[in-house]
Amino acid sequence: MDLLNNLGLGFQTAFTLTNLLYAFGGAVLGTLIGVLPGLGPVTTIAMLLPSIYALDATPALIMLAGIYYGAQYGGSTTAILINVPGESSSVVTALDGYQMARKGRAGAALAAAGLGSFFAGCVGTIIIAAFAPPLTELAFKFGPAEYFSLMVLGLIGAVVLASGSLVKAIAMILMGLLLGQINTDVISGVPRYSFDIPELTDGIGFVAIAMGIFGFGEIVANLSRPSEHREVFTKSVSGLWPTAQDFKDAFPAVLRGTSLGSILGVLPGGGALLASFAAYTLEKKSKGRPGEVPFGQGNIRGVAGPESANNAGAQTSFIPMLTLGIPPNAVMALMVGAMTIKGIQPGPQVMTSNPQLFWGLIASMWIGNLMLVILNLPLIGIWIKLLTVPYRFLFPAIVVFCSIGSYSLNNSAFDVYMTAAFTLLGYAFFKLGCEPAPLLLGFILGPMMEENLRRALLLSRGDWTTFATRPLSAGLLVAALLMIVVVMLPSIKAKRQEAFKEED
Amino acid sequence: MKIKSQKDFWSGLLFVAVGLGFAWGATNYSFGSSARPGPGYFPFGLGLLMAVLGGMVLFKALVVETDDGEPVGRWAFKPLLVIMASVALFGFLLPRLGLAVSLPILIVMCSLAGDEFHWKDAVISVVVLTVGSWAVFIKGLSLVIPLWPKFITG
Repeated sequence: MDLLNNLGLGFQTAFTLTNLLYAFGGAVLGTLIGVLPGLGPVTTIAMLLPSIYALDATPALIMLAGIYYGAQYGGSTTAILINVPGESSSVVTALDGYQMARKGRAGAALAAAGLGSFFAGCVGTIIIAAFAPPLTELAFKFGPAEYFSLMVLGLIGAVVLASGSLVKAIAMILMGLLLGQINTDVISGVPRYSFDIPELTDGIGFVAIAMGIFGFGEIVANLSRPSEHREVFTKSVSGLWPTAQDFKDAFPAVLRGTSLGSILGVLPGGGALLASFAAYTLEKKSKGRPGEVPFGQGNIRGVAGPESANNAGAQTSFIPMLTLGIPPNAVMALMVGAMTIKGIQPGPQVMTSNPQLFWGLIASMWIGNLMLVILNLPLIGIWIKLLTVPYRFLFPAIVVFCSIGSYSLNNSAFDVYMTAAFTLLGYAFFKLGCEPAPLLLGFILGPMMEENLRRALLLSRGDWTTFATRPLSAGLLVAALLMIVVVMLPSIKAKRQEAFKEED
Repeated sequence: MKIKSQKDFWSGLLFVAVGLGFAWGATNYSFGSSARPGPGYFPFGLGLLMAVLGGMVLFKALVVETDDGEPVGRWAFKPLLVIMASVALFGFLLPRLGLAVSLPILIVMCSLAGDEFHWKDAVISVVVLTVGSWAVFIKGLSLVIPLWPKFITG
């Protein structure tokens, strides 16, 4: 059994003391930022990117992955206890979770969320381990044309599911792709858009963009709002365990949520957010036992389903990143960035060239999930205390970490200036209602896309139809087109807006 | 003509400007041919495409009715400028004055961006964050960041 051998190697790697520590650290940090609203995994990972220079690749990626799924856990804790979703993927959890908490059943809700997430995490890990190798095989059959089409599909997929206007989102991707053009052309060696600034010939630092737009841009946006009055839920969390009836109700919801989340996570643009929305809708549609609490008033299925789905989705969204090197969402884009920083070219060859990294990361996800359950259930009280940290202490801390981080990238002030400049852009996007996440995806994929496009054209002697005549490539492009058409259809458009309305 | 959505109007304008800017910039580089695309090929196409999309956003902003005109609202210039200035200043000072001096300046300055500023809070932040950053970045991760000003260490 290859699968078992591979997982064996993975667990061997993950069970070293250093890697366990980093998995734990990532999970704790992730939970922490998940609990704190306004500080998401994207910002945190961007903040931490420079620090991984000092680490080996494996512990670094294990830690970053821990932050990602830890944030899913933490976000649901606050969603349930104080109706403040720490993460966008926990928005639907708040609907029924908070109602349960108000009825004194916070313990049951938290346990359902925690255990459901753990179950989903285990399944997700197995799915990654089982499906990554065959997908990698497929990836080796890809030529430049297929890669280009796949990236088109990935980018389109990422935006059709994003909130807001589709045209604007695509324009944001293009802006990201264009910013990625500021570099030295790989093929001809010509520096482009450098304005004779030597630092720009290497391209704009990915971290500078991420920190400026997501870190500082968001701080400015937060500060411009009148200080929010957070409603702190005073009732203590008593009676942690759900009743037998709760288990009976929640289990099918967990199963449904897990399967749905696993599928949606693999799709480009999917991941945790979409999975949780879809799972909530599914739970609402499926028939419960007679006499159960209606949805929106504290139904445990409304917590268990979406929570399992968002964790499963978070987990399986690693698949396109690990096998194809193509990030399906902004967090994965940052992971790709982290791999490049460590000198690993993301893509199908990672599994063969760095098997320890690959399988260690997968095994550590399972361990991380286990840690999270152990960590979260008893420590809920402490997480709640954290919420009382006022923003006036929080934001200088973020500024400090980002500033030092961007300086330490190249030990130069230039990156700090760039970060400051991108703050303006980030705030402008916020004011103009433009989602910045697609820009980041475009920026990451830009150079790769250009290289593959030009290589494909070279191979076909300038014939653009190569993208449509090669079956795999054509299929991918058709899929991308279908996605756009489906989203443009009015009925779905209305639903999509409805689904995202709750997020604002 | 009345602008129906301020947000879309200005973002459309931004997209058109950036797209055309990049496309124009791309004309400085060899365009090549489809069979041998040069360095200007991809950015030129992308820039034009973006300008077209920006045009679509603009068109929509001028034609499609919205409930409230989607105003951009007031720009929060104070936090924006304060944060940008303090970060840029930090980048300038750090290599010269070291972490121990430039970090407190950064913290106090950026704290001014918020609505409520108290010296006591700022001092707490300065002490906690400076010591914390020293411990994490210089001690823990051993990043090459100067701690003390150049004129002291020589």
